[in-house]
Order: sequence, then C-alpha cells, then structure tokens
Amino acid sequence: MQQRVKYYQTGTFTVGNRLLDEEKRTVQATKERNNSLTCGHRACQGCGEALGARFAIDAAMNAVNNKLIAVNATGCLEVFSTPYPESSWRIPWIHSLFGNAPAVATGVAAALRARGETKTRVIAQGGDGGTVDIGFGCLSGMFERNDDVLYICYDNEAYMNTGVQRSSRTPPGARTATTPPVGEHPGNSYNQGKNPALIAMAHNIPYVATASVADLHDLEDKVEKAMSISGARYVHIHVPCPLGWGAKPSNTIRLARLAIETGLFPLFEAEDGEIVDTTPIRKQQPVDEYLKLQRRFAHILKDPLALETIQAMADRNISRFNLVREMEVTNNG
Amino acid sequence: MLKQIEGSKAVAEAIALCRPEVISAYPITPQTHIVEDLSQIVKKGALGNCQYINVESEFAAMSCVIGASATGARAYTATSSQGLLFMAEAVYNASGMGLPIVMTLGNRAIGAPINIWNDHSDSMSMANSGWIQLHAETNQEAVDLHIIAFRLAEQLSVPVMVCMDGFILTHAYERVDIPTQEQVDNFLPKFEPVQMLDPDEPLTMGAMVGPEAFTEVRYLSHHKQLQALEVIPQLASEFEKQFGRKSGAMVDPYHTIDADTVVVSLGSINGTIKDTIDILREDRCSIGSVKLGAFRPFPLAELREALSGARRVIVVEKDVALGLGGIVASNVRMALRGTSTPVYTIIAGLGGRPIPSKSLDKAFRQAMDDDIEDPLFLDLNHEVIDRELARMKEQRRSGPVAENILREIGLVGHSPRKV
Repeated sequence: MQQRVKYYQTGTFTVGNRLLDEEKRTVQATKERNNSLTCGHRACQGCGEALGARFAIDAAMNAVNNKLIAVNATGCLEVFSTPYPESSWRIPWIHSLFGNAPAVATGVAAALRARGETKTRVIAQGGDGGTVDIGFGCLSGMFERNDDVLYICYDNEAYMNTGVQRSSRTPPGARTATTPPVGEHPGNSYNQGKNPALIAMAHNIPYVATASVADLHDLEDKVEKAMSISGARYVHIHVPCPLGWGAKPSNTIRLARLAIETGLFPLFEAEDGEIVDTTPIRKQQPVDEYLKLQRRFAHILKDPLALETIQAMADRNISRFNLVREMEVTNNG
Repeated sequence: MLKQIEGSKAVAEAIALCRPEVISAYPITPQTHIVEDLSQIVKKGALGNCQYINVESEFAAMSCVIGASATGARAYTATSSQGLLFMAEAVYNASGMGLPIVMTLGNRAIGAPINIWNDHSDSMSMANSGWIQLHAETNQEAVDLHIIAFRLAEQLSVPVMVCMDGFILTHAYERVDIPTQEQVDNFLPKFEPVQMLDPDEPLTMGAMVGPEAFTEVRYLSHHKQLQALEVIPQLASEFEKQFGRKSGAMVDPYHTIDADTVVVSLGSINGTIKDTIDILREDRCSIGSVKLGAFRPFPLAELREALSGARRVIVVEKDVALGLGGIVASNVRMALRGTSTPVYTIIAGLGGRPIPSKSLDKAFRQAMDDDIEDPLFLDLNHEVIDRELARMKEQRRSGPVAENILREIGLVGHSPRKV
C-alpha cells in the first residue's frame, strides 16, 4: 500500500513544519522548546486557550533567552494550569486577581528595572473577560505608561471559567448563560462591540497584533516580534472554546480558521498606532459556514436578518482591513 | 535631625530613608502630600534606581506593589478612605500571598456622604484582611513606625499598614526628629524575600487552593499575626536602643496604676485624652488611659494586663459598627472576657468632628458614675436627629438625609420644611 504524502494540512494552505527549512519551523517544533505550559494541566479537550498559551509563551521564552516572568489574570488558563499543589508552569508565574494582571506586570517590570535586571522580560496574560472587561482600566493604564510588558489576551468570547456568561467580546446573537436564546431577540445583543486591539492602538503603543490558533507560525512570529520591542505591547489571540461555543473539540482549529476566512476575526499588526500589515483571506467564506458549526448560534441560523447583520460585520472588517486582495506570492523555500 | 515639618513630609522622608525600590501611588486626600514629596525625592535621584509609578487607580497601586514585592523589591504605597476600599481586593491578596508591602493610611471617613476628614472607618474596614495595623499618635511616631514597619513586614513576610490620622497628623506641622541614613541602615537590613519570581528558579505564586488546604493557609496568616505580638515589642525595644526614643508600643499606659477608670483609644486623640485625664486627676478622679499602638494584631493579653486594675473601661473610637456599636470596644471586651469589668463606648470624631477635651471630660465623668449611654455618640445633636426622624415619619419623599441635616443646622440654603 502506498502512503499518500500530505504537503498541506487537510483543507488548508498551511504548510506542515516537516516541509520547511529548520530555521523556519515553529519554536514548538524544535527540541529546544521550553514546554513553559507543560503537560498535565486540566484544560478541556480541544481548548484553544491552552494551545495558544503554549505556543505564545514558548515563543516568547525562545525570544528572550528563557528570561521571562508571567503574570496571569484569574480565569480558565489560571485555574486549569495551577490546581494547588500542582503547576503546569515551568516559568516564574504569578496569579494575583481577575482584574489586575496588567498592573501586577507593571510592578514586576518596575522591580526588575529597580534591581537592574534588564535581561528578564515580563508577560501578562488573561482571557477576554479579565482583559477587555474587568481588567481594562489596568490595561489602559499599563499602555498609557508604556510599561515594558507584553499583554496577551486569549479571546474565547465569553466568561468560560464561570460557566459561559457573556463578555464584551461575545459576538452578536451568541447564546451564553446570561444571553439565553429566548424572546424576540434571542442570544447576545447586537451592540457595537468592543475591539481591544484598536483601542490598544489608540494608546500609540509600539506594537499591537491580532493572532489566531489557526495560524501558529504567524502567532509565534508576532509574539517573537513583540518580544524584540520594548514598551507596552498587546497581542490578541482568537482561541475557540469547544465547551462554551458548543463545538466539537476536533473543530477548534477549523473554527479559528473560519473566523479568519469569513472576516469576523481580522489578522493585523500595528506599530506606534498605525496598521502596518494585515493578513489577506485566502479563501473567503460566508459567515454561516462558521456559525453552523457552533451550537451557540443554532437559534439564528434560520434568521436571515441575524445572518445578514453578522455577514455585514464580516464585510465591514474585510473592507476596513483590506482582507480580500491579490495575494502576494512568497517563497517559503 | 530636628525639623519643624509637616507630618506627610516627615513620613515621606522616613520612607525615603528606608530605601524603597518601587513606589506606586494614586492621589487621594489626605495622604497625597506623602506621595507628592516622594515623587520629588525619586525624581531628584536621591533614591537611585527607585521606580515611582503613577497609576490609574488605587486598585492598580496595590496591584503594582504586589508585582514589585513578588519580584523581590521593597515596595511602598499610601492611600486613604475610598482609596483603601477601591483597592480592597488587592489588599487581601497582598496579605494572602504574604508580601511584605508597607502602606501608609491617612485615616479618613468613608462616604456617602462624601467626607474628606478624619476618622478610622477606613482602616477598620480592612482590620481582618491579614495586614498588621499600627497606629501613630504623633508625627514623630508616624516616622518611627514606618521604619519599624519595613523591618516587621520583611521579617515576618506580612504587609503592614501604618495608620496616621488624616489632617490631624498628615497636615500638622510639628517638631520631628528625622533619623540619619546611617541609623536607618543599621536598623533595617537589605530585603531578603522568602519567595521571589526569578527565571533562574521558577516558581508558581498564587495557585488555586481548595478546601483541603485553605484552612491551613489561613491559620498560618493568623499565626504570623500572633508572631507579630512578640516581634513588635522586640523591634520597639531595639528601636529605642538605636534611636534613643520610645516608639511602637502596642499598649502604652498613662496613669493606669490604681486608676479605677481606664480610657482606651487609638491614634492622635490620645493627646487630648491625656490632657483630659490630667484635668480630671487634678479633680481627684481616679482615671488613666491606655494607648493602643496596634489594632492588628490585637494585643489581647497585654491589654488585659494593663486593664487588670480597672473597675471600668471607656473606649473612645473614631468609627462605628452600624447595627452593633463600637468596633474597638468589641475587641477590648474580647481582651476582658471572663471579667465583669464594664466597657463603655464613646463614638467620637466621625468625619472629622472635633473632639474637645470639655466633651470628653463630661462623658468620662458620666462613665465614672456608671451612668452613660452605650454607645455614646459624643456631641450628637439630638434636636436635629429628632426633627429629621419626624420629617421622615411624616412624608415618604423626605429627601436626602445629608442635605436635610445641613439645612437643619443652617449651613446651607433655607431650612427644610418644618414638621
């Protein structure tokens, strides 16, 4: 029997690590990876946040010679990684409160500066609730002071740790425990939304990027780039949550990719408040391709107005960030 | 060096002598002058590499010093009143993690109604947070207590709050002996943390703890407080040897030998209380007082000993447990449990109301006759209260109480509608 050689991951254009030159492979594919968030943690099957954190922190560690301190907001990542007396973290790691990770990180960075330890760098991380809602004041303060901290938000679009309640990142129409699919307007309200990456850019901080677990090369590149810069930096990573979204654990990457390909989650980079790069959509998809794989949207699939509204959001992102355009041909070797 | 100096400025100089490495603060009256002065000292370069972080809230201030302390830096902040409440979650977090942060609290009332003046409602709200709470009577003591506080905090790995009465101390110009750098360096060794975020020795801080271990963790926090009961007197005695003056006594008696009546209080009001006792003693009254220098840990045994000869105890306190009465008095009763000594409560000085010696004199005499309301709200304007109660009874929409009272006493506008 002849084995079929796959050059690309199924149904994608993403080239597998095996086919790349060694220096172009992900940090995660190397023997030198630190396993900063190591095995044994209690994340659910198919957890996008665990995957995102593993790639992000190892990439950061690789970029700073393993001299890294991490501050974690309360949330899934904190709870599943540190059930006392166990810890999955192989880096110095502190959890203080839900809403103060950016300020604690400011203090860590200040202490390092005071003690002349210029080589050790600081990361703060949290979910969308800890970042965009309860921790937003502290985050804005950290940005405004341009403290030497990379803040990473793992966005799974609701308060998953407390049982899937709405956050300000929950998309319109989505069912959560506090936006039930009942009544005249089922699911989450169709508000204006809150885009923390754009708000981060409004602080004119040196680096802002959005990333996704669907493109782990890009995610690692952005984290590494962030670590090469000093001052306040923000990376917002889209991380599907099978439990909260009502999706198959095996669909985590597919959903993350569809979020990009529909235009609902645009990938971009900004420096000093200006967008410097956006990732074009390779194969544009209608939003219902994304929505139909998630039970949280089940009640709106037959609602043309809801679909139209969500499609309009995607279209607005596509035009705003110029996501559908002639592809530049790059040679990956 | 002797200086005629504002309390806040003196405290700022004392903090600077303690060589903090990270200071994080947010403005709130009446502690603001302390952090203003410190920002000057840091900006002038007098503290070397010390980082002064202007944050966006008190919650961030405490969070910032939590991060700094966990990274091995000597860290300091200051606040008052609403600021302490706004950082409350982080206040508990700092002590839960055993981080030796020192914080000055310029004691101030808590709103509503908003009030910037002195009382002890703020520190009392955090009394059970696991922080050590020291109270200064004078600005000299405020200076000295801060130096003791860093040593105490770092020795036990527990945060310490130094409470000083807002305005009465923070804004008062007094003669203060500011120690030399050499004196402070001899007393306060370099900070050696018991736990630290360090890439060379990675550890996890702030892990989740379930029912299987939470009680033990809390017990150890309680144990630290009990240890402080022994360590504070040791440090006070060492301080006296090195600096040549007494500071940091948890229980400081004044004419208690053979006194039938003993007054107990915290902070700056002890000055007025001692003056009042002098007057009463001239009148052959058998009265003395005890100044409490620490509210947490509460010196149960030492206080019980100091009150052992008293036939009655009067607690003067600048706070009130609404629906109960005295907070300090309840703690004093705990020290006297099993005895039949009555403990009377005088609630005084709320929201900065002056506590005149004359009023104390009258109340103390009532207590000495065992004919005193408990709790007694000192100088309460009963007429105004009665009129407001009548108004509330008569009309459903009686309006905001605070404004009505101000009108009643003629401070603003026309009088409220007469009943």
